[in-house]
Amino acid sequence: MFSIVRSMWLVFLHMFKKRVTIQYPEQKAKLPARWRGRIVLTRDPDMGERCVGCYLCAAACPVDCISLQATQDESGRRYPAFFRINFSRCIFCGYCEEACPTYAIQLIPDFEMGEYNRQNLVYEKQDLLIDSQGKYPGYNYYKVAGMAIQGKEKGAAINEEKPVDIHSLVP
Amino acid sequence: MATIIIDCKTYEVPLGKNVLETCLNLGFDVPYFCWHPGLGSVGACRQCAVKVFKDADDKKGRLVMSCMEPVVHNQHLAVHDADTIDFRKQVIEWLMTNHPHDCAVCDEGGSCHLQDMTVMTGHHERRFTFNKRTYKNQDLGPFLNHEMNRCIQCYRCVRFYKDYAGGKDLDAYASKNNVYFGRAEDGVLENEFSGNLAEICPTGVFTDKTLKEHYTRKWDLTMSPSICQHCSVGCNTIAGERYGALRMIHNRFHEKINGYFLCDRGRFGYEFVNAENRIKQPSINGDVVERTELETRLEKIMKSAKVIGIGSPRASLQSNFALKTLVGEDNFYHGVSDHEHDLAELAVRILKDGPVRTPSTKEIEKSDAIFVLGEDLTNTAPIVALAVRQAVRQDLSGEPEKIHIQGWQDAARKNLQQQRKMPLYSATIHETKLDDICTSANYATPEDIARLGFAVAHCVDHNSPAPEHFPEALQVRARSIANGLLAAKNPTIISGAGCASSAVMKAAANVAIALHKNGIVVGLTYTMLECNSMGLTMIGGHRLSAAFNAVINGHADTLILLENDLFRHGSFAEVGDFLARCKNVIVLDHTKSDSTDRASVVIPAGTFAESDGIIVNNEGRAQRFFQVYESTESIQESWRWIINIGKTLQHPKLQTWQNFEDISKAMASEEPMLQNIDEVNPAVDFRIVGQRIPREPHRFSGRTSMHAHIQVSEQKPPTDDDSPLSYTMEGTRIQPPSAMIPFYWSPGWNSVQSVAKYQHEVGGSLKDGDSGIRLLEANAASSLVYFQGIPEAFVPLEHHLWIVPTYHIFGSEEMSAKSASIQKRIPTPYLLISAVDANIYHLKEQDIIKVSIANISYSFPIKINRNIPVGMAALPYGLCDAPINALPEWGIVETSPLTELHDYVRKTKVQH
Amino acid sequence: MDDATISHLLITFGVLAGLLLVAPGLIWLERRLLALWQDRYGPNRAGPFGLLVVLADTLKLFFKEDWIPPFADKKVFVLAPAIVVITVLLSFVVIPFAPGIIVADMNIGLLFFLAMSSMGAYSIILGGWSSNNKYALLGSMRGAAQLISYEVFMGLSLMGVVLMTGSFSLIDIVEAQRYQWFIVPQFLGFVIFLIAGIAETHRLPFDIPEAESELIAGFHSEYSGMKFGLFFVGEYIGIMLISSMVTVLFLGGWYGPSFLPPLAWFIIKMFGFIFFFILLRASLPRPRYDQLMEFGWKILLPLSLLNLVVTGGIILWMNTH
Repeated sequence: MFSIVRSMWLVFLHMFKKRVTIQYPEQKAKLPARWRGRIVLTRDPDMGERCVGCYLCAAACPVDCISLQATQDESGRRYPAFFRINFSRCIFCGYCEEACPTYAIQLIPDFEMGEYNRQNLVYEKQDLLIDSQGKYPGYNYYKVAGMAIQGKEKGAAINEEKPVDIHSLVP
Repeated sequence: MATIIIDCKTYEVPLGKNVLETCLNLGFDVPYFCWHPGLGSVGACRQCAVKVFKDADDKKGRLVMSCMEPVVHNQHLAVHDADTIDFRKQVIEWLMTNHPHDCAVCDEGGSCHLQDMTVMTGHHERRFTFNKRTYKNQDLGPFLNHEMNRCIQCYRCVRFYKDYAGGKDLDAYASKNNVYFGRAEDGVLENEFSGNLAEICPTGVFTDKTLKEHYTRKWDLTMSPSICQHCSVGCNTIAGERYGALRMIHNRFHEKINGYFLCDRGRFGYEFVNAENRIKQPSINGDVVERTELETRLEKIMKSAKVIGIGSPRASLQSNFALKTLVGEDNFYHGVSDHEHDLAELAVRILKDGPVRTPSTKEIEKSDAIFVLGEDLTNTAPIVALAVRQAVRQDLSGEPEKIHIQGWQDAARKNLQQQRKMPLYSATIHETKLDDICTSANYATPEDIARLGFAVAHCVDHNSPAPEHFPEALQVRARSIANGLLAAKNPTIISGAGCASSAVMKAAANVAIALHKNGIVVGLTYTMLECNSMGLTMIGGHRLSAAFNAVINGHADTLILLENDLFRHGSFAEVGDFLARCKNVIVLDHTKSDSTDRASVVIPAGTFAESDGIIVNNEGRAQRFFQVYESTESIQESWRWIINIGKTLQHPKLQTWQNFEDISKAMASEEPMLQNIDEVNPAVDFRIVGQRIPREPHRFSGRTSMHAHIQVSEQKPPTDDDSPLSYTMEGTRIQPPSAMIPFYWSPGWNSVQSVAKYQHEVGGSLKDGDSGIRLLEANAASSLVYFQGIPEAFVPLEHHLWIVPTYHIFGSEEMSAKSASIQKRIPTPYLLISAVDANIYHLKEQDIIKVSIANISYSFPIKINRNIPVGMAALPYGLCDAPINALPEWGIVETSPLTELHDYVRKTKVQH
Repeated sequence: MDDATISHLLITFGVLAGLLLVAPGLIWLERRLLALWQDRYGPNRAGPFGLLVVLADTLKLFFKEDWIPPFADKKVFVLAPAIVVITVLLSFVVIPFAPGIIVADMNIGLLFFLAMSSMGAYSIILGGWSSNNKYALLGSMRGAAQLISYEVFMGLSLMGVVLMTGSFSLIDIVEAQRYQWFIVPQFLGFVIFLIAGIAETHRLPFDIPEAESELIAGFHSEYSGMKFGLFFVGEYIGIMLISSMVTVLFLGGWYGPSFLPPLAWFIIKMFGFIFFFILLRASLPRPRYDQLMEFGWKILLPLSLLNLVVTGGIILWMNTH
């Protein structure tokens, strides 16, 4: 009985406490660097597209709002022919970022994406691709992957031997 | 049966298998790489280790490779034992030391056995810090992509390619840690079954290059059970679609037909579905029209016309039957040359009324003597050729059993077998890819092949007619073939429509009947030219020439042509004249052809990927293929178009039909040869615990995004009124009946190896049995007597060449020849002539020869062949404009000869 | 029409308009107060102090799809929300806001109030029943039990006041408090009436018929649009009603120091209770259903009977001496 009265009194006293609400458009919230906001596609240090179109982000997406088509250019690099995120479905869970093996897809601290027309929430590759390495500067997938591309032959990646001479029987 | 104890639990298992297979059958997830149910065990990868204990008291045990360990009674095993788990983890870590860091760009990813096994064994952290070995890749042609860095040296590729498929140009190179699998130099992988490397390779060394063109992960495909449309064998396939385009064809296991493998034509021939020259909109006189306009026009045409319909051997039973019903039985004609029509009818008659059963390819694999008459199997029915090769590889001498070597002990069995083979006799017009395993290969003209066949039949049973004036040398050969066949318990005779000779087919029948009369369980296989040749014949219909006559005589003025390019089945002039005479030509087809160019109304039909249908293979097995995806509104199945036409005309039968099942039921009740056709697969309302069978895996991605650029609100997915499958990922995850398995997947098994989870026992039949219904069974009370009418021996004619058709796996079949990757493998047209004839006409390889066939003059570059009989030439089917339908035919050589034939023969004799 | 009729009509419509204006205002008030007690601001964007949020809410409710579930009993489904508003509004007929400001001074005013609040139970029962939804039905069954049970203690708790006044007329009751508010002699009755009143309006913490964490939204799960709005408004008018009744019965109605007019005193007292109601919502958790019933029958009923007996005894004793 007393505890009821006491809790009512304590709640009542909250009337005189400081407000925690941030008055958003006038006051801006400070977002941490890992805040999961707008999704972007980043580039590697050579400014090549980091995305190799592996479809893992699409598979990880719990609302299935990512679709893409992988393709390959003349140099042997894979890239997405199209890359579409339907932000009207996106729940900003960040699974795509976790799934991405090349650090291409990243969530950045920007959430101001409101639109009056839902159709405008469908972002294509040109809307997603930024000229930056994002949170992981210096990472270049093709420098570690054992696939040859133009300018990086077999055996030229990090931790790789020169290609085997298959005509030799020397062990 | 044996009692074995695994992890302290007792199981009853059959003897004669290895421990790995047994464990997999019991549901244990034992990782493995080099073992494959189709290839047997070699113990190369060391991944499948389990522990074997001496007895119940043995607590220590010893590690063995389960694939090399036979099951014995009272065996104590441990699968999930700390030592074995640790060992397997170390093995995979060691296999992975050189594996590149490239799953993201690897086409195998998501359906990769190596990924599955790595996860299964629990290796998740790379500790190896030294450098990785690398390899250079090779360009292996238009079908396969090569990425050797991913190799784990399991040897499956060369074991399949060399041992199983008889390929010569893939091998292991270098030594020790540097072993390399590839060709001696860059170049096209020659074997017709090379595409299977993409499935057999447990990782991404060999991947499907056509899939790479429009790469999609396995989990993103909308898949349906389908049937290969590129030859008469009817292999089961899985067809996968994404974003409205067919992306790949995978093998779908069918124990009786294709087992684990497909030929390259079946695997890569699908690209015609996505080709530029698809018909996507209805058109009238070349102008694209709306559907409503098309319907009013069709109604107008049909109401006042005398209509005939021409069916097609590459259209489904449903489409052909719907057309037959629309135009009436009297006005339904077969869209094949009269010659082909007769051959197909002959085959059906022999198999239906004859005493001899037609075997499945699986049974061919098990037969102990094979006689091939006139058929170049590798090019006309590749999977049958593969089965023949397996039959020949059998060792039935009893030696292995004597020293307790079991069938799956691949290396030991091969060592013991050495050159011992099953007898394979062949008589073909020129050498074939199977000649390397032939006991005796004979090269002759179709007439002489038939004569040899009749002679063999006569040797087996003297009541059968013998050819007259048969040379003694050949008689000896016939006798040896007959003896070989008589020594067998279940021989198989294979022939077909390939050399376009009814005499050859009759000779094959005589051999089979003769063996049958000797009490031997013999099989008789006829290969056909098209995927549904058998089905079309069973539906019945008039010959094509009768259709020509009907129009010429004015009995008909309007033609409905079903999925057919008539120019492939008649001479250019004749067909052109026929089409010009028709007042209206309505063509239902999916791809542009000479016939659609001449049509007044073109209706866009669906390919196999956009249609449901049943086709009948050469075994007489009716099999259903399921629509993979809903195409645009204007493309739909031919039978659905025909039903629509019937509805506008208020056709009494057609207007009562709504869906696939209605047609099938009507067909079952009306066609005497297709009585059970509606039972080929479960009914439309079949459900598993109230749910449909999903065409999409549960990880299907992009559902809310793939159409978002058109309309951000998601549209309702299409519903399937023709089958119990759904076009979405929603539905049951319980394994569907074997006819309706859209894809193979099991928890932890994402690769094609997951098929094991769908089988009674690994490598055995599917849990629900074999799909399809056999429509042709041997008639025990057969009244079929020996065929007479043995042709005269072939005599070369001066200035003439007897031109017979020959076949190419790539190019001879109409639809696959429109596939971009196949096109890169199609040879340029040529005329194959003997060296003697080349000398007579003073021609070198690639020189042009002028030949007049049926009064039309043609020029071909020649190819010289040592084995083809003198006076005969072979013209590749489907590669050139020549009237392949009219072959065999005499061609008048217009190139002037250097010497007369008889002079030449005399001279060469003198020299010898 | 004579002046009396006109003024009577004015009072009638004035009360009606006042109630209907204040009830939505309470929505704003509640949201702002809850926010204050939770360290937030509450609606402060639309209009001054966010007052127009009331308008926005109302508009929203009006423009929502007026959906009747196909499985519902349509007529009853439509009728149910109307009942709650009608009964609550009718109860206000007997409330004396200030001398002369009363719609109808009945000599059975208090009984009329009790009758009307009992009728309110129908709206919950019918609403839940006609929705043909198991959660709605569960909610309405709880509601019926709760309302009928607490009706008993509510009536009994008032009897002390009636005994002391000797009349059921609310004006008489107020006037009997000219020198001493009944909260002093009838403190137990006041507490019981307050608790029963909260239960009668099924306000938190006694919102067991709704109990969104268990029953989605209880008896009005299937309601949307303005039909839901009626339940909503009915609830707020109900709060005002109970607050008014407490004021009338125990806090001397319009009586207060004369520096403010009587009506003002009435409104101040009434809003004081409304604040109290909202504070309850902000601070107390919801009891379990069985706890609520147990509390009613095992504690409140004996207490109210005790109150009645003691009051009666004292009055008898005072009358005889």
